[in-house]
Amino acid sequence: MSELLPPVIVGAGPAGIRAAERLVAAGLRPVVVDEAARWGGQIYRQPPDGGFTRPKTALYGFEAGKADAVHRAMAAIRDRVDYRPRTLVWNCEAGALDLLSDGTSEILPFSHLILATGATDRVLPFPGWTLPGVFTLGGSQVALKFQGCAVGRRVAFLGTGPLLYLVAYQYLKAGVEVAGVFDTTPFAAQARATTGMLRDPATLAKGLLFVGWLRAHGVPIHNGVRPVRAEGAERVEALVWRDARGQERRTGCDAVAFGLGLRSETQLADLAGCRFRFDEADRAWLPERDGAGCSSVPGVYLAGDGSGIAGADAAELAGERAALALLEDLGRPVEAARVKELDGRLARIAAFRRSLSAAFPFPVDWAAAIADDTMICRCEGITAGAVREVARSGQAREMNRAKALTRVGMGRCQGRMCGATMAELLSRTLGTGPDGVGRLRAQPPIKPLPIATIVPSPRGGEGTDGREVA
Amino acid sequence: MALLQRVAEQGRRVVRFTLDGRPVEALEGDTVMTAMLTNGERLRRTEFADTPRAGFCMMGACQDCWVRTEEGERLRACGTFIADGMRLVSGGEWTS
Amino acid sequence: MMRERIDCDVAIVGGGIVGGSAALFLRQARLSVTLLERDWCGAKASGVNFGGVRRQGRPLEQLPLSQRAHAIWGRLPDLLGTDAEYIRSGHLKLARSEPDLASLIDYRERSQGFGLGLEIVTGEAFRRRWPALGDRAIGGSLCPEDGHANPRLVSPAFARAAAKLGAVVREQTPVDRVEKDGDRFVLLSGDALEVRARFLLNTAGAWSWRVAEAFGEPVPLESLHPNMAVTEPLPRFLDVNIGVEGGGVYGRQVPRGNMVVGGGRGFALDADRARPQRDAVLTLMRDAAELFPQLRHAHVIRCWTGVEGYTPDRNPIIGPSRTTPGLFHAFGFSGAGFQIGPGVGQTLAELVTGGETPMPLEAFSIDRFPPTA
Repeated sequence: MSELLPPVIVGAGPAGIRAAERLVAAGLRPVVVDEAARWGGQIYRQPPDGGFTRPKTALYGFEAGKADAVHRAMAAIRDRVDYRPRTLVWNCEAGALDLLSDGTSEILPFSHLILATGATDRVLPFPGWTLPGVFTLGGSQVALKFQGCAVGRRVAFLGTGPLLYLVAYQYLKAGVEVAGVFDTTPFAAQARATTGMLRDPATLAKGLLFVGWLRAHGVPIHNGVRPVRAEGAERVEALVWRDARGQERRTGCDAVAFGLGLRSETQLADLAGCRFRFDEADRAWLPERDGAGCSSVPGVYLAGDGSGIAGADAAELAGERAALALLEDLGRPVEAARVKELDGRLARIAAFRRSLSAAFPFPVDWAAAIADDTMICRCEGITAGAVREVARSGQAREMNRAKALTRVGMGRCQGRMCGATMAELLSRTLGTGPDGVGRLRAQPPIKPLPIATIVPSPRGGEGTDGREVA
Repeated sequence: MALLQRVAEQGRRVVRFTLDGRPVEALEGDTVMTAMLTNGERLRRTEFADTPRAGFCMMGACQDCWVRTEEGERLRACGTFIADGMRLVSGGEWTS
Repeated sequence: MMRERIDCDVAIVGGGIVGGSAALFLRQARLSVTLLERDWCGAKASGVNFGGVRRQGRPLEQLPLSQRAHAIWGRLPDLLGTDAEYIRSGHLKLARSEPDLASLIDYRERSQGFGLGLEIVTGEAFRRRWPALGDRAIGGSLCPEDGHANPRLVSPAFARAAAKLGAVVREQTPVDRVEKDGDRFVLLSGDALEVRARFLLNTAGAWSWRVAEAFGEPVPLESLHPNMAVTEPLPRFLDVNIGVEGGGVYGRQVPRGNMVVGGGRGFALDADRARPQRDAVLTLMRDAAELFPQLRHAHVIRCWTGVEGYTPDRNPIIGPSRTTPGLFHAFGFSGAGFQIGPGVGQTLAELVTGGETPMPLEAFSIDRFPPTA
């Protein structure tokens, strides 16, 4: 393979930064493309430039040390990488990425590409989930960390996953009233899974501390909850929910922060031609990667939560590991002991992850119980009933067909917020497993592209056979 | 009443912009989203049902927070910073 | 494993708008029909095309079929149980220069008698009528009863309607072998299915050459990939389906407000799949923004393409096989099969049931191309 092109890393979170660090150490000058204005990714997202003063301990709590180390790692190599912040990768085609920066599109050819595209909250719909005041857990954390804002005065925290208690705790620490934690996981499941989590006592201890702190401050914590609806005319006024015994209850609040674990951003891997497989733990189709981070496409490597949820610590390791795999493919010497160490640590995290997904199970019955008139596609305003109808009538037996017929996944978000729901609805209606209905194919542009995008000349125009079609 | 509540970092420079024609203030480093939602309750109304929306994921994935300027420009509110003199609109282009 | 065997009057290969509508009309004539579709019915070019339902601009030899199709489109809800977002919005073909305008005027004259009702609008009248169109066009030709529809909904609906009337429709069923055994066509899909039929319709779009070749009729069919994009929903500014004389860009605004635009070519990933091509996408965006000033601040939220079979002269191949009695072809619509499709389906049904059709098909004969060997 040609070494003339610098390696390209997409994403400047923990995975991308550690990958870049390792490539720089080997004497290469990688291109690091990131949509954010500053490096750090979502988990270690830094406040904007201009007058923000909170110290890292206030922003990242127990993770301040790790966040700082990741930030410093990037700062240290800053002048040895071609860093492209505020840059969207909107397409991957024929060995090149299409970048959008400052309204201008640019082609970035690559021979070696590390995708560290990260994740966002996985969500399921409930009535009222589009009301102002309902935000994802990750989003609620971004508001606090990145903007010094709370999403409301009295916030209900709903869902499952490590973020649930963490963000509730952070809000409480910031002086915001926490209306309650509404955990979809039954208490028993969590207790059982605690055994597995003993593999990582520090994480377990933190979780217990958050819960203890919330309880000590009088925050009600409910297990086995299902949302009934968010109420309000123009904004959230209350969360109506069902407790573990099936009793319907109402909690006044002006915001709901909710999420059900995380969902990988896999669009670029798809456009790059990577083979996908269904992952039982994430309940999602993910690009295949081996232990080193190699995808099915030579020269394309995957690291971090963008190709399977494993958390920030694993992302750092996986980023470095992918960089080592890349270097090996370039015929560069790599330190076998380091490879072995990384592989060992990644394997231990993987085992821990399995117990985490047992501790925070995906609420399958929630998906099953979504009422027909509940809007599942926020962009196009399509209901659950529309998806069930095309499945029941035999018109759609897989995701892309259901998309074509219902428009779910056709809107601005390209299925990011509705894809998991549609898969659940389809597979349940059709009686297949969750892996039985395929996955939405990625299409460029992977995020909305301004029609006025500037294209530096000389480009385009040639060979356009624009005869009207149909 | 504002949707977002400031709980920290309030010592930043004031930025002046208009929201639905009304002069309002935000702070330097605010996203358009923060600027609008500390001064109001929504970012836009939807095309198909004319219902209010105020964003959702805050990290550029859900695409729920596209807002308009008076000139008709479209901005993704969670990923764009507020600037002096912006003229933002949260109301119904769809009902008019 | 037991091989399923189906005996029927007519076997159809390809469940696009042509095969699906042929199945529907054949069932109306009470023939037994088996439709085999490798993918999902209407999922290929029939379902992912631009969605223009347009007679204007077609070569004159297509207009009788196109008029026949026009009548079918007019009773879509009766036939399909859905309007599939079909609107007779009018199709406006724009002229950006005097020669282009002259060419539109010439087309109007040549197409008189076919019932298109074309109306040339220029100058001040043009600007008053379509103020949204900016200054790039100097005039245009309006076909008031042309329009547009949602291809994702229309094309599968034909096969579905046929199935409702009793056609056997098998999706995800590739035809691996096809031959004639005495007076019967025999189609095999793996080891699982054998279909025997008196008649065979070859309506397999870009893949039709395989069936034609199996009966000793090689055709020069090329796969091309029209490039399309859609914007976020915008306030309504355009009611007509827009094309441009001489090519370039075309566009329509759907009732939900999204602007669908097309132009340029995608590229093939493999024989079955295609993707939009970056330069084509960027060129299309530039051309669309120039033609429709309202798109200035819009975003493209999705691009797509499909696989469509093109013939050297851009006319389809429609009609009886020259080698094999009972076999009829209808493919190679060269990017313009959507509107005309149901008219072709009805014509195929006539050919099967009565052995003849009032439709002139000479221009579409399969032996008009020099042998490709």
